[in-house]
Amino acid sequence: MTGLEAVILTIITASTPLLLAAIGELVVERSGVLNLGVEGMMVVGAVCGFATAYTTGSPYLGVLAGILAGMAMSLLFGFLTQTLATNQVASGLALTLLGLGLSGLIGESFTGLPGVKLQPIDIPVLSEIPFLGPILFGQDILVYISVALVFVVSHVMARTRTGLVIRAVGDNHHSAHALGYNVIAVRYGCILFGGACAGLSGAYLSLAYTPQWIENMTSGRGWIALALVVFATWIARRVLIGAYLFGTVWIMGLYAQALGIGIPSQVLSSFPYLITILVLVLISRNRTLTKINTPACIGQTFVPDR
Amino acid sequence: MSDFLLEAVHITKKFGDFAANDDVTLRLRPGEIHALLGENGAGKSTLVKMMYGALQPSEGELRWRGEAARIANPAAARALGIGMVFQHFSLFEALSVAENIALALPGDTDMKGLSARIERVSREYGLPLEPGALVADLSVGQRQRIEIVRCLLQEPSLLIMDEPTAVLTPQEADQLFVTLRRLASEGCAILYISHRLEEVKALCHEATVLRLGRVVAHVDPKQETAASLARHMVGIDVAAVSTRTAPAPGEAILKLDRVSLPADGPFGTALRDVSLEISGGEVVAIAGVAGNGQSELFDAVSGERLEGLTGMISIAGHACAVRGIKARRALGAAFVPEERLGHGAVPDFPLSQNVILTRFAVDDGMVRRGLVNLGLAGDVAGRVSGAFDVRTSRNDPEARSLSGGNLQKFVIGRELDRKPRLLVVNQPTWGVDAGAAAVIRQALIDLARDGSAVLVISQDLDEIFAIADRIAVISRGQLSAATPTAKIDREAIGLMMAGAHEVDDGGRAAS
Repeated sequence: MTGLEAVILTIITASTPLLLAAIGELVVERSGVLNLGVEGMMVVGAVCGFATAYTTGSPYLGVLAGILAGMAMSLLFGFLTQTLATNQVASGLALTLLGLGLSGLIGESFTGLPGVKLQPIDIPVLSEIPFLGPILFGQDILVYISVALVFVVSHVMARTRTGLVIRAVGDNHHSAHALGYNVIAVRYGCILFGGACAGLSGAYLSLAYTPQWIENMTSGRGWIALALVVFATWIARRVLIGAYLFGTVWIMGLYAQALGIGIPSQVLSSFPYLITILVLVLISRNRTLTKINTPACIGQTFVPDR
Repeated sequence: MSDFLLEAVHITKKFGDFAANDDVTLRLRPGEIHALLGENGAGKSTLVKMMYGALQPSEGELRWRGEAARIANPAAARALGIGMVFQHFSLFEALSVAENIALALPGDTDMKGLSARIERVSREYGLPLEPGALVADLSVGQRQRIEIVRCLLQEPSLLIMDEPTAVLTPQEADQLFVTLRRLASEGCAILYISHRLEEVKALCHEATVLRLGRVVAHVDPKQETAASLARHMVGIDVAAVSTRTAPAPGEAILKLDRVSLPADGPFGTALRDVSLEISGGEVVAIAGVAGNGQSELFDAVSGERLEGLTGMISIAGHACAVRGIKARRALGAAFVPEERLGHGAVPDFPLSQNVILTRFAVDDGMVRRGLVNLGLAGDVAGRVSGAFDVRTSRNDPEARSLSGGNLQKFVIGRELDRKPRLLVVNQPTWGVDAGAAAVIRQALIDLARDGSAVLVISQDLDEIFAIADRIAVISRGQLSAATPTAKIDREAIGLMMAGAHEVDDGGRAAS
């Protein structure tokens, strides 16, 4: 394995959790809901994924548990913001705080235990291609899923009826209601999808990225995912670019620190944020396009009149 | 098989204790253009929302082709063949024309074929549309075309139109009438809501008039005059007006000379060449159906919107078309907007701090060296509450905690307490109970009799006749000449509300 190959592999593992969480949040926000609880859903997904995999010995059951845990958290958010019509920002922040606390409680007895690693799936023959093989065809299943999700979400949003309804609900919930669409139900569906993605992302962290449970192991990745959605102007393919860009610069920073380049480590660790902002600002200069893709109803509570 | 397409039989709809519709019966035949008339709040929108499945009646039933039908939701209405064009369009700005239309059609619609169908139908009915265009880029008239084509693609047997011409230019309206007549000749029934009585006379075969949620008349509009239709709408059984002595003529305090202001957003109305003069000592009222430029007129006079304004505005002899609200207050003017909670008062601020918001720049000592004098503000709030009998549960509560009538007394009292030379009030007693309304009206008259000029914008004709010395009518952004109250009656006002005074600008006679 060459040095470059190793670098690229670490970039992929660093980018995948961001991508998974961001693509889920993108769908949520497209439906007009702002869920700031991504971090909380992720961390609960991480601990539940780890605990299940450790107990059963199966990383795939762990992944499933992570998804379900994320969905359970998002269901709570949905109940608060959609059924009880509470403020989305406050509920999302509360969800993050709840998730961090809850995961610490659940994970207490699992701290420091050896994890069960999600093994890469080597696609026969293809994965033996020098250099490209391990990168493109030697990853674990979640990496493939994360990239596939981007294209699936992109296609569903732009080309299918489901996507059209989601965009319509996010653009003008009053009109959607007037036409007879169940705004609350559509949003519940999107919130659950977002929860599943965040839980999956958390499970990736505790089962593939670093197969162990450490308290607060998401360390702000949920917030980065949220920011990526905004900077990607709610376009799925830009989330892919943003997540990988962020992952790349992040890993570069780590290597630069390791090589002892004379830049303070604090500056190096702020680089990913700066570069990601810069690049995404550059690609989203088309104002009209940005405006069209911004869900007009984002964060607004909808209460149907009866 | 019944002769009727849709029947609403003894429909009652209650919101809490309030009956928006009370025992309403309405029958529609195929091929008939049926007008639904009434003032704001008469219950027209409530009735059609039930027909379109957006609301459910509390009592009574709807019958479709003679059989009882429960229209559970808009999709069910569409499945029956009922289409509706909303007053405030139900469109999605960020989506294309074709996507907007697809959302109202069954889920299995093929998008590619749809664009072709849109082009064909829109051409056939003279409603040109570009399927790929984004709604955000389209004019109001074009947006309405989307709504109509969206209905037409479902081949409806009944089309409900809620004030379709309120947002259209005269030319666009004429084009719409051609389309509607053609649809009716093909057997489609049309339920047409409008405030424009000439339009109704020209277009409709039958008319049902609602007042305060009840049906007051079924008439043939062709046999009526616009004046008699107006009388049905406004009602002649409303309380008579007490006459008062005419005010002593004073100097002109507010002058508007050919003021124009572009519309505020797609549902706004542009002001066109509005001229008005108000002298000290008199109350001038502006009547009109909501959404005809009242809020734009208020914004122009108060200085809330300066951008795009042309013409002359002077307050107490000082030209101030380019000056903001603070400068106008300094000239002795005071303003009370329509929306009391959120616009007239900050909901979460206590009354004393709400006093500061409109008076910091004009009251001596309210602000000293950048520091607000909370004690003085509290004194003023207490004085206003006492003078206007603002009932509060505790000392200096948040504005949010007051009832609508109490808060309205407070926001008007706050301005009256300054003894302004000019007071402009938009809907002074909207949603206010009778007792509080009487207090407010009396205070407005008293202010004028002490030598100030008072401009009242109101939709309530009773109120206008009770307090105004002169009355002007606003319709589609144009203001009629102000006529002394003694020389005008409700019928004439009703006619002008429907556009009788409008300056014709498209070769289409408005009266």
